[in-house]
Amino acid sequence: MQREGSPWRGLGVVTGKELADHLSSVRILVIELLVVITGFVIVLVSLQQIRNVTAEDPFLLLRVFTRSGEQLSFVFVLTLLVPLVAIGLGFDLVNSEHNQRTLSRILSQPIYRDALLFGKFLAGLATIAISLTAMWMVVLGLALYQLGVPPSGEEIARAALMLVVTIAYAGVWLALAMLCSVVFRSAATAALTALGVWLFISILWPLLSGHLVNVFVPLQAGSPDELLSGLATRQAVMRLSPGALFGEIVSVLLDPSVRSTQQSQLAAMGLALVEPGSIPGAPLPLLQSVLIVWPQIVTLIASTIVLFVIGYVVFQRQEVRA
Amino acid sequence: MSAQVIEAQDLTKRYNGVPVVKGITFSVAQGEIFGLLGPNGAGKTTTILMMLGLTEISDGQVRVLGYDPVREPLQVKRRVGYLPDAVGFYDSLTAAENLRYTGRLIGLDAGECDEKIRSALDHVGLHDVTDRRVATFSRGMRQRLGIAEILLKDAQIAILDEPTSGLDPQATIELLEIIRNLKQRDVTVLLSSHLLDRVQSVCDRVALFSQGNIVLLGSVDELGRQVLGGTFNLDVEAEGSGLDARLKAIPGVTDVETFGPNRWRLKTDRDVRSETAATVMGAGGKLLRLAVEVPSLEMIYTRYFRDEELGGRDAA
Ligand SMILES: Nc1ncnc2c1ncn2[C@@H]1O[C@H](COP(=O)(O)OP(=O)(O)O)[C@@H](O)[C@H]1O
Ligand SMILES: [Mg+2]
Repeated sequence: MQREGSPWRGLGVVTGKELADHLSSVRILVIELLVVITGFVIVLVSLQQIRNVTAEDPFLLLRVFTRSGEQLSFVFVLTLLVPLVAIGLGFDLVNSEHNQRTLSRILSQPIYRDALLFGKFLAGLATIAISLTAMWMVVLGLALYQLGVPPSGEEIARAALMLVVTIAYAGVWLALAMLCSVVFRSAATAALTALGVWLFISILWPLLSGHLVNVFVPLQAGSPDELLSGLATRQAVMRLSPGALFGEIVSVLLDPSVRSTQQSQLAAMGLALVEPGSIPGAPLPLLQSVLIVWPQIVTLIASTIVLFVIGYVVFQRQEVRA
Repeated sequence: MSAQVIEAQDLTKRYNGVPVVKGITFSVAQGEIFGLLGPNGAGKTTTILMMLGLTEISDGQVRVLGYDPVREPLQVKRRVGYLPDAVGFYDSLTAAENLRYTGRLIGLDAGECDEKIRSALDHVGLHDVTDRRVATFSRGMRQRLGIAEILLKDAQIAILDEPTSGLDPQATIELLEIIRNLKQRDVTVLLSSHLLDRVQSVCDRVALFSQGNIVLLGSVDELGRQVLGGTFNLDVEAEGSGLDARLKAIPGVTDVETFGPNRWRLKTDRDVRSETAATVMGAGGKLLRLAVEVPSLEMIYTRYFRDEELGGRDAA
């Protein structure tokens, strides 16, 4: 059956209102301050180290993101904190409308549910994008100031791509949090469920999947082909976690010397991947790096879409009355 | 008769196969105040949600201003204002900001919107709290803000779900006055209530719901005649001698109950107020009080079900 009128009518209005809500919300302010301060501290520490160690690195700026200060790298902190921000932003997007009894009043205005749900998602993502961009600029500015080396265009481009990928990574978690806020009327239940999933996927799954794979597909130093296929299985299992995908993408984007997402694992075993005709260690051009992780980028975006669509279907069928 | 703005035909709603609205048929004419009345759980809210396209219709159909809420929900929602049961607003926004959001969703431009918001808030008596956060509002103020939203929309039909529930008597009277004003503005009003007597004074016609069916439909007077068998009670207080017999003799009086030396209740089958007054005067008496008891919906409703039950037993 054909519905009359555009499903996106009112999308801009909803997005604008939600964005204004987020930007004036104390909760969001606290969450974001936390993230920015954490990022700031970690970058300061890693800057200390970078200046001492590698003055000759052509991609010095990018090391700021990947280099571990003491234990933690900036990217690792992002992997953990971005989901928290997204969940903190999204867990009550829809159920708060139920609980404030505003939903039926808003849906009796001439808009479809599509616009309401998508507007809320867009506003959430925009809020995260704004704060991540702010943080990114602070980090970059700090790094340039402290290192005193002018960055190359490629460095800036790679750093910018990392920012975009981080926003996409946030999208997955925002869509998950929003799905929880559609399914559960209680905001507390929604928040706990989303956090539970985050905890499992980010912390338990990497441990668990490593063990599982070791049990079922033990890695042996056999022929290179066997080794690689073993690694591939291991990776496939790991990739059920968006954090793992994000890690792979960023490690390739931020390090032009990385030629494969399996390189770091091989390196850990004291091995190197050498393709015929290539110069080992030579930096890859930007486009090559992007192509290597293109499937992972697509997977991140596709997961976001799938989670959003599930939430959309549930929301369409939901009763509006409180 | 003027045009019908709402027409429901065999409208049915089933939740998981269980019917909660069972094929109701009714229509509402342009400019009238129509009441959907009945106890909690009778299906009033469900009926309203179907009219707005906010819940699926299981069977039958409804036309609102000629539009089908299933296929053309935006057309319906553009022209119909809805005040949900226990309406909510965004607590962190002010009254004006809440309405401004609605105004933008409707598609009003900014200048026009602010002008209309001012006049709507004026109309419902909220001009003093325009810039106060809704978190501080009482139930009655929220209801009035909801009606301001309907005014802002220039709605042709206002659908009010339980507008007076949870309000104190004073707030109820004020709200009913605002509802009457809607009618003055040529807005058709459809309201629901489980408190029959509260709203009977404003309704031109009512539909009495019971368990998903409309059991009675018409004006309160019509229903009174239909169910109560056309008997009116007339309370008379008068001084004079031999009034007993004279009152009994008035044509139309079927029975006289005596409450005290000077007080009677006449059961009549028509309005005999002037005849009664003339009789008392004619007997040289002094008329102290003459009051006709309007049949209440509560009475009609309970009597209807008592009769149904008795009828059911007789048949069995
Ligand atoms: N989502 C639902 N699922 C199942 N039954 C429902 C649902 N919503 C309402 N009902 C049932 O439908 C009936 C009518 O409800 P409602 O229309 O709200 O009545 P009213 O507004 O007259 O009080 C009630 O018995 C209620 O329990
Ligand atoms: Mg109800």
